[in-house]
Amino acid sequence: MPKWFTPAAILCGLMFVVSPVLIARAPDESAMGMVYKIYYYHMPSAWMFLLAPLVCGVSSALFLVRGLAKDDRRAWAAAELTVLFGALTLITGPLWARRAWGTWWVWDARLTSSLVGWMIGWAYLILRRYGGPGSDKLAAGVALFGAVNVPFIFISVNYWRTIHPPTTVVPKLPVSMGVPLWFCVTAFLLLFVLLMTMRLRLEQTRTRLDALYVALDE
Amino acid sequence: MTDQGGVRPPTAPFARTVWMVLRKDLTVELRSGEIAYTTLFFAVSCVLIFAFALVREGRAPEGGAAGILWIAILFAGTLALGRAFERERQAETLRALLLAPVPRPAIYVGKFLGIVALLVATEAVLLPLVNLLFTAPLFAHPFWLGGIVVTCTIGLAAVGTMFAAMLVRARSRDMLLPVLLYPVVVPVIIAGVQGTAALLQPAFDPAVVRFWLLLLVTFDVVFVVLALWTFEAVMSD
Amino acid sequence: MSDESSRPNALDFTDIAVEEVSRSFGRRRALSRVSFRAGQGEILGILGPNGAGKSTLLAILATLLRPTSGRVRYGGVADTQGAALRARIGVLGHDLFLYPELTARENLEFFAGLHAVAEPAHAADEALERAGLGTRADDPVSTFSRGMRQRVALERALIHQPRLLLLDEPFTGLDDASASALVARLRELRRTGAILVIATHDLEIADRLLDHALFLRDGRPAASIAQPERLRTTYQEVMTRPLDGGGA
Repeated sequence: MPKWFTPAAILCGLMFVVSPVLIARAPDESAMGMVYKIYYYHMPSAWMFLLAPLVCGVSSALFLVRGLAKDDRRAWAAAELTVLFGALTLITGPLWARRAWGTWWVWDARLTSSLVGWMIGWAYLILRRYGGPGSDKLAAGVALFGAVNVPFIFISVNYWRTIHPPTTVVPKLPVSMGVPLWFCVTAFLLLFVLLMTMRLRLEQTRTRLDALYVALDE
Repeated sequence: MTDQGGVRPPTAPFARTVWMVLRKDLTVELRSGEIAYTTLFFAVSCVLIFAFALVREGRAPEGGAAGILWIAILFAGTLALGRAFERERQAETLRALLLAPVPRPAIYVGKFLGIVALLVATEAVLLPLVNLLFTAPLFAHPFWLGGIVVTCTIGLAAVGTMFAAMLVRARSRDMLLPVLLYPVVVPVIIAGVQGTAALLQPAFDPAVVRFWLLLLVTFDVVFVVLALWTFEAVMSD
Repeated sequence: MSDESSRPNALDFTDIAVEEVSRSFGRRRALSRVSFRAGQGEILGILGPNGAGKSTLLAILATLLRPTSGRVRYGGVADTQGAALRARIGVLGHDLFLYPELTARENLEFFAGLHAVAEPAHAADEALERAGLGTRADDPVSTFSRGMRQRVALERALIHQPRLLLLDEPFTGLDDASASALVARLRELRRTGAILVIATHDLEIADRLLDHALFLRDGRPAASIAQPERLRTTYQEVMTRPLDGGGA
């Protein structure tokens, strides 16, 4: 692990420990009181959930063009983080929705698009796990198709949704919720980087082990 | 055995390769009929199952006809894709195609067009069937219908052919094809169903259909180009 | 052999050189540091038990697989030419690469077309004559015996007059007459200057045929023998030797 890893991990841990304090001290939102505060975790999760597939898509494209193993490792790690942060987003979202709108799920454009995007992330991981040898190139193709698909998914779901009578309008929370929000975003970003690094390291080590196994046989 | 004499060996051009692959696929299919008949039969069964499941008091749910149509096409298309490439796996003929000095994206286009032809043939049977079973006036606006059906089919075939070709050498390829394909073609399905449903409305609004048509055309162009760019890289080992 | 035009073309290669080629799939090592050369008018045999890496090696020579390390040079140039290089290579695979629903003629015409042969129909006719299948030309390949399919497949591999011919277990399932005919055909090809690489474990047949034999054991080269004789005995000896690399 690189030298900065441990201090960063400690920092990240501390930030997450401190964050509830900051969040508790933020002003209550009038209509919903305490509950909206899960938003402080939901928003950063959602942003990471947007960042991860971007990294995956770009790394996959690079892998297809250059054929370097490190691009493939990064794509795989990013796909796992897509599924992870997607899960966080799709759990914290309905928790909030339940209180805010009285229902666990709405077929809102963003939620539905997120669900589809999350499924593409799962599809990638299933392919890597069960596709056998050569599935690195295949998965890169899937990731690329998935990444390019994002605007199409959003547009089609958005317009699909307007056919149904709108249940509620997703309220736009003022982003200038200031310190607590940006603190959480930073904490999540740090977490993202740490997890990515750990995962890359794991994969690198596995590759090196494989090479050693092979060399041992020489 | 005469020698080619020090010149660059000829390699087949793109369009000719596409035509040769397509013609070969059509010939093989016309001779055996296996994929065409089974796909068609399966699609019809699908529609019937949906009819039994969803029709109440002789009427399909609101907008149900469009949904049933496209689900049947999607399921039937998935099977057809799997079968078409399974055929290339026997006797490893896909390997032979990859060994030929042809531009590899041309192989993709040849196969893709074959799949489109197969799906359009299936739709030619399904559309009147759905029209009949669900008293859905699909043919009220035939040109718009044709546009939606063709662009939607192209979208499904473009992504489906790409993924099916990629999976030929993979394990668990039968399960993996729908797992990979369905999330990625969500926009196509939405556009197809919404576009077709809009055609069934008594108060027909061409602007709605035009929107979905435009989305489909854009999808088709983007993904066919993407497939052409990445086919070689993905198929090489 | 080749009358050069003003610019000699690197693709008219007269030999291939395999340099320290290894290939692994994750932890499974399929090939390890294989090196050899083969020149025109030579028949090289790759011998070994199942799982020794023969098919993997052929796939690498055919440019279908990339080596994990090491490289293959075709006439001194490493594999970068893609389609143009593939035009110079013919492969007779273990699975024959024929469409069972198509007739022999259609199969040959299709592949001739893909390989940009000048007159596919004419070339197919000649190929059918050479294979002695003129009377069955318009029957689907699925109705052929293994030997007949083999003959069609061989013609398919040769229809574009490749410089390098790769054969993977070509004698499998052939009766004596067909095997002899194949051997005669291969000798004729050698005479015309092609480079032939044959992977086989049919040692009796290979005995009379090979100019050079490379023995593979567990992906590693166990021995390399020029003008091999009494292959069966040599094979037993090489395969039971303690593993220490070695070569001739």
